[in-house]
Formats: sequence, structure tokens, C-alpha cells
Amino acid sequence: MQAFLNQLPVGLSIAAVLLLIALGLTFTFGQMGVINMAHGEFIMAGAYTAYLLQAVVGTAAVPVALPVAFLVAGAMGWLLERLAIRRFYGRPLDTLLLTWGVSLVLQQLARDLFGAPNVQVVAPGWLSGGLPLFGTQIPYARLFILALAVGCVLAIWAYLARSSQGRRMQAVMQNRRLAAIGGINTGRVDQLTFFIGSGLAGIAGVALTLIGPVGPALGTYYIVDAFLVVVCGGLGRLGGAVLAAFGLGLLSSYAEFWTNASLAKVIVFAVIIAFLQIRPQGLFVLRSRALT
Amino acid sequence: MTVTLKTVPERPVRRPAAPARLAAAACSGPGLFAVVALLLLVVAPLGLEPFRLNLLAKYLCYAIVALGIGLAWGRGGMLTLGQGVFFGIGGYSMGMYLKLNDAGGDLPDFMVWSGVEELPALWAPFRSPVFALAAAVVLPVAIATVLGLLVFRRRVRGAYFAILTQALAAALVILLVGQQGLTGGTNGLTNFYELFGLDLAADATQRVLYFAVAITLGLLFLLAWQLASSRFGRLLVAVRDAEDRVRFLGYDPAVVKTITFAVAAGMAGIAGALFVPVVGIISPALLGVVPSLELVVAVAVGGRYALGGAVLGAVLMNWAKTAFSEEFAGGWLYLQGALFILVMTLVPGGVAGLLAAARDALARLRRRARAGWAAREAKEAA
Repeated sequence: MQAFLNQLPVGLSIAAVLLLIALGLTFTFGQMGVINMAHGEFIMAGAYTAYLLQAVVGTAAVPVALPVAFLVAGAMGWLLERLAIRRFYGRPLDTLLLTWGVSLVLQQLARDLFGAPNVQVVAPGWLSGGLPLFGTQIPYARLFILALAVGCVLAIWAYLARSSQGRRMQAVMQNRRLAAIGGINTGRVDQLTFFIGSGLAGIAGVALTLIGPVGPALGTYYIVDAFLVVVCGGLGRLGGAVLAAFGLGLLSSYAEFWTNASLAKVIVFAVIIAFLQIRPQGLFVLRSRALT
Repeated sequence: MTVTLKTVPERPVRRPAAPARLAAAACSGPGLFAVVALLLLVVAPLGLEPFRLNLLAKYLCYAIVALGIGLAWGRGGMLTLGQGVFFGIGGYSMGMYLKLNDAGGDLPDFMVWSGVEELPALWAPFRSPVFALAAAVVLPVAIATVLGLLVFRRRVRGAYFAILTQALAAALVILLVGQQGLTGGTNGLTNFYELFGLDLAADATQRVLYFAVAITLGLLFLLAWQLASSRFGRLLVAVRDAEDRVRFLGYDPAVVKTITFAVAAGMAGIAGALFVPVVGIISPALLGVVPSLELVVAVAVGGRYALGGAVLGAVLMNWAKTAFSEEFAGGWLYLQGALFILVMTLVPGGVAGLLAAARDALARLRRRARAGWAAREAKEAA
């Protein structure tokens, strides 16, 4: 029982990181059908933003970097959408290869700009230490990430459900053509969607600086798992992403605990395949009469 | 009163143009096949020094994997990002046999270093070369069949399928790295000395291996070609373009897709088994997410709609990788990235698509010239 409790914060923080990354993907992959392999590099860009800000603001880098990284990564995403991706709608599989090319270039760019060795972002003092709970200690940094993830989910939910822009976004996702006929400028909505989705990757990047060093390949460690979260949650479904992130995060941390790290991945994969037998389109499916 | 409805025009969904599909015709002519066979079987072995010939053999191994990708993705629309998994299974099967053969009755060297005391049960059957070779093909086919049936029956497709295969590649790498005593961990299996009594370091052996690889590629190409031009091949293209319509006609798309996926996996397995004696190593770094994706991109660059394009792309990209990495290591990544971006944006049909477009343009010019001549002659006659 104690072992089970000890493992809980680890699982929760894996889940929170996955959720932060998957949130951005829910926007770009879920709403627009674009498989953005460069999402991982936007995460990296967010992390390096925190690293650069550290030189200016010192240990306050993490909180200051959150909005800045959102803008930096968002701008990169927006640029990518404008320059390349908008030519690819209707060819989702091609965007995967295109954005992988982009991700290669960005990784090498980071290697040339910041050097191949990892760099460290120092967490603010108030994030050191931990909260004693059930006989174990939960690091404040992990709690901060969890709170950040929850905050992002609430903000996105409010945006999508309450603001007119958010509702337009949902309309385009549900039926692009009908939304266009209804007078929505789908091109502009796409730009905004990509900006927000990529910006969330930047926030995730800042959060990652709290749990580990920053390197040019930072994003690649998380991107595959984050895509799996979106697949299990259902395309473009916020609630699905939340449930799937916590499900996968807890599953992988417990599988790792009971077997070992190398078998855990295989177990998670098998569980996902089994899960897709029951719900092939993820937890929450957008019901429509369309055939595909 | 009349009401005018104003609509924002929707961006047309761009599909690969007809020239791209014609590329298939351009690159699968029997004449072209004969020319390439002559180049590979006569010119290359005579003209290339042993080191370069060995490199070419390596590229041709990748070309075999690419052929499978061309079939599954170009023809079947299944973007498989996990061919490295099947390549790896083939490679490790072969590697296990070679390791056991080199060790004689003892344990393979790396097991001794990892403190393994007796041969794991998983390894025991790989003493037999027949078993190892069979496993290199049968295991990938079996895994692909099971995975394909599970996934395609539930109509998981498109991006979902791509992501699942990528996750499989990622999981396999972590598994291989983690099981140090069983798989050699990050280093993989290496230091092989002999194959069927032949010294692997000898130039003559490598030459024999080169011919084996080239001939295997040729045979598999003919098989893929046959498959693609048969009734099954047409069904496959139909599934790619309109899966639901095929289902309404009474076919089961899941079966068609699973068979194709299994064939592609078998090809990757064969390629892996050939790769190991040629290159002398199989390790997790050779079969993870990145190498799998690199091959898909090579197929895209070569031309995914033509089987020949897939082969061409694999050889071309791997040759370019070697050539540029020798010169400047970092530059290759920029170049590779830029190349994908350009190819995907400007020429989705790849090199084969360009060739086909050029051929069409030439034919059009010739027709126009002929029409012009005819008109002039008619005028002169009048």
C-alpha cells in the first residue's frame, strides 16, 4: 500500500507533463488533422526560452518564461502554419513528413545555437522542497506542474466553450465546410488554432525545465507518448485528453514500478491496442453522420 | 425578394496529381528493370572498390525495406512508421545465429560481460541457421498480421495507424536497450566473424553477399510488382482511395490491408537479415523511430506512387547521407530537413513523379510538333 502511494505522485507528474504536451496536440492534431512532429521542438523552444531568460531575471526564470514561451512557441507555430502547413490540408500524412523535416532543422539549429550538451534552468527557491503527504513527500515542482496543467485545461475549456472565437474553432473542427458556409473565416481560425496549440507546447517546455536538464532533443522523448494520449482520448476532445493523459501516465508509472522501464513501454502499448479494440476512436468520439 | 447567399470558398482538397500516379508506369517498365539489373549485377561489381560495393549492398538492404513501404504506403495508404521493428527482428534473428555460431559451444561474448551464466531459452533455437532465417521472415509477418488484424478490423487508420506503428518502434528500442543480457543493450549485436563457413571480413565474402542482396531485391521487386499489378493490387489502391466504397462492394478492406502490411513486414525482415552480415552490426539505434522515419521520407523523395521510386529514394538518400556526413556532419541534418520540406511542398510525387511529368511534357511537345508539321504539310499541299 505504501509502495502504491509512493508511486502515485510520480505517476501524477508524468500524467501532468503528458497532459500539457497533449493539450497542444489536441489543438493541432485533433482539431486540424495536422500531425505536427515539430511539436516536440516547440517544447524545446519553450525550454530554451526559460534558459535564456535565466540570464536576465535569474531564478524567477520559470514563472516569467511561461507567458514568453507561450508567445515564442506560438509564433513559431503560426509561422509554420503560414509558410507550409496551410498548403497541406487534406493531406494529413504528408504534414507528418513535412513537419519532421522542420523538426530536424530546428534540432540542429538548437545544437548550433546552444551547443549539444544539456543546460540547466534553476528553479525558483519557493519550488524546492516538498509537501509531506501519506508518509511520502511530493516535490513542490511536481505539484506546480500539476497545477499548471489543471490551469491550462480550465483556461482552454473556458476559451473553447465561452468565447466566440473558441466556439468558432469548435465549429471548424466539427464541420469545416459548414463552418465556412456559415461565414467563418476558416483560414484565420486555423492560424489561431495553430498559434495556441504551439504556444501550449512552449508552456510544456518551461514545465519540463523543472524536472530535468534542457537539450536539443528534449521534445523527442515525449512526443510519441503525447500522440498516444491524443489517440486514446479521441481527436480534439479536451476531456478525452485529460482522462487519457492521467490513465497513461499512471499506467506507465505503475507498470514501470512493478516490472521495469523497458517492459513498461511494451505493456502500455499492448494496453493501448486492447483499448482501441473497445473504443477504436478514443474515449470520446465526436458523433456525426459523416462516414469517415 | 431574392436572397443571395455569400459563401467563403473552401480550399480545394489537393490530391496528388495524375502525373504522380503515372510515375508508376514510368518506373515499372521491363526495360528500365533490365537496365537497373545490368547496372547492379555487372557494372557496379566491376567498377566499385570493395568498400564502396559494401556500402551499396547496405543501401540495397534499405531499398528492400523501402520497397515494402512503397507497397504499404504508396499503394495501400498505410503510413507505417515502424518498419524498423520488422527490420530489427530480422536483423536480430540473423545476429543471434551469427553470435552463437562464432561462440561455438560457449556463451556469446557480451553475455559473459553482462554476467549471464547460461544461454537464455530464447536464444537456444537460433543455433540452427534454418530456424534463424525462417524466424527473420516469419516473425515479422506474424507480428504484422496480428497487429494488422487487431487494428484494421477496428477501422483504425490514417494518422492513428501511423502513430501506433511509431509507438511500437519506440517501445521495441526501449525493450532492446533494457534487456542488456539478452540483446546486448545499446551496443546491440556486433563482432561477427563467419557466415556459413565464410570469413565475413574477406572481400570475396562481401562480394557474394552483395550479389545475394541485389538478387533478393530484384526478386522481391518482381513480387511487389506482380502484387501491385494484379487484381489484388487494384483492390489495394481502391482501399487507399475510398475504403468505405470498397467495403460497400463486399470486400473486407481489413484483410487487404493486413496482407499488404504483412508482406511489407516480411520484406523488412529479410532486409534486416541481409543487413547484419553486410554491415556487421545490429543495434537499437538502427531500428528506432528516426531510422524508420528516414526510410519513409526516402520513399517520399524517390516517389511513393512508384515501386521503383521507393527503391531509388532509399539508395539515393542513404548515399547522400554517407556522402554529406563524410564532409560535414551537422550540415546533413539541415540538408535532409530542407529536402523533405521542399519535396513534400513542391513535388509530392518525388523524383519518380518528376520523371513521369517530364516524360508527359515531352510527349505533349512531340504531339504538338507533329500536329504542326501535319498542318504545314497540309497547307503546302493545298
